Amino acid sequence: MSDSLKLQYVISDEDFTRAGEASGDVKSKLKMMGVNPEVIRKVSIAMYEGEINMVIHANGGVIDVIITTKDITMILKDKGPGIKDVDLAMQAGYSTASENVRALGFGAGMGLPNMKKYSDEMNIETEIGVGTTVTMKVYF
Amino acid sequence: MTVNELKNIPEFTLLNEGEMDKEITRPFCCDLLSVAMSKAPAGAAWVTIMGNTNALAVSSLTDCACIILAEGTSLDPNVVHKAKVQDITLFQTDLPIFEAALKVYQLLEG
Repeated sequence: MSDSLKLQYVISDEDFTRAGEASGDVKSKLKMMGVNPEVIRKVSIAMYEGEINMVIHANGGVIDVIITTKDITMILKDKGPGIKDVDLAMQAGYSTASENVRALGFGAGMGLPNMKKYSDEMNIETEIGVGTTVTMKVYF
Repeated sequence: MTVNELKNIPEFTLLNEGEMDKEITRPFCCDLLSVAMSKAPAGAAWVTIMGNTNALAVSSLTDCACIILAEGTSLDPNVVHKAKVQDITLFQTDLPIFEAALKVYQLLEG
C-alpha cells in the first residue's frame, strides 16, 4: 500500500463554524486526483455528516482518512457517550440532538442514515461511556 | 444560465460575488441542512433561510451554484467573510422562499 495517502483531522468540540473543513479538504484532494464527481459527492456527504455528529454528540474526535487508487476509507473516532441503540439511531428521523442544534438546521435524524446511504460500507463500534468509531468506505 | 444573470433580479441583493460563471441547473428550496446535504442537486441555486456558516459548508460540499437567503433572513456574523474565503456567491432577498425560487425558475426557463 505504498501508494496510499493518509490524512488525519482533529475535530474540535462544539465548534459548528469549523465543521465541514475536514470534509472540504478531502473533497478538494479527491478533485485534484481526478476522482469521479459523483463519488466525491458521496464521500463529502458521508464525511460531513460524520463530522457534524462528532461535534453534536461527542465533543469532537479524530478522523483518519486513507485514500488509495481504488477507494477511500474514513475512520471517525470519538470519546463521546456512545450510542445506546444503534438500530434506533439508524432510523431516519430519530434524533437526540438539542434544540440549539436543531436551530442550526441539524438534528433532522438524517446523519447516520445519510452516512449509510452514501458510503459503500459502514461499520459502527460503540460502547456506552467509552466512545464510538464509525468506519466508512467508498469505492472509486 | 450562469449565476451572474441572477443580478438581473431586482429583488435580489448580491452580498458576495463568488464564482459568477457557474451554471445553474435549477432552484432548490430546503432549510434542513442534512436534507439539503443529501438532496441538493449540483449546480443548484439554493434558496434557504439558514444564514449560518454550516449552510456555506453544505453549499460547497454539494457543489451548489449559489445561495439565496430568502425572507429577509439575517446573517450570522462572519458568514459574508467566510463566503468570500470559500468563493461562494451569496444573495439576499426579502421575498418568501417560494417566490424567490420562482424568480430563478422563470429566468432559467426564459
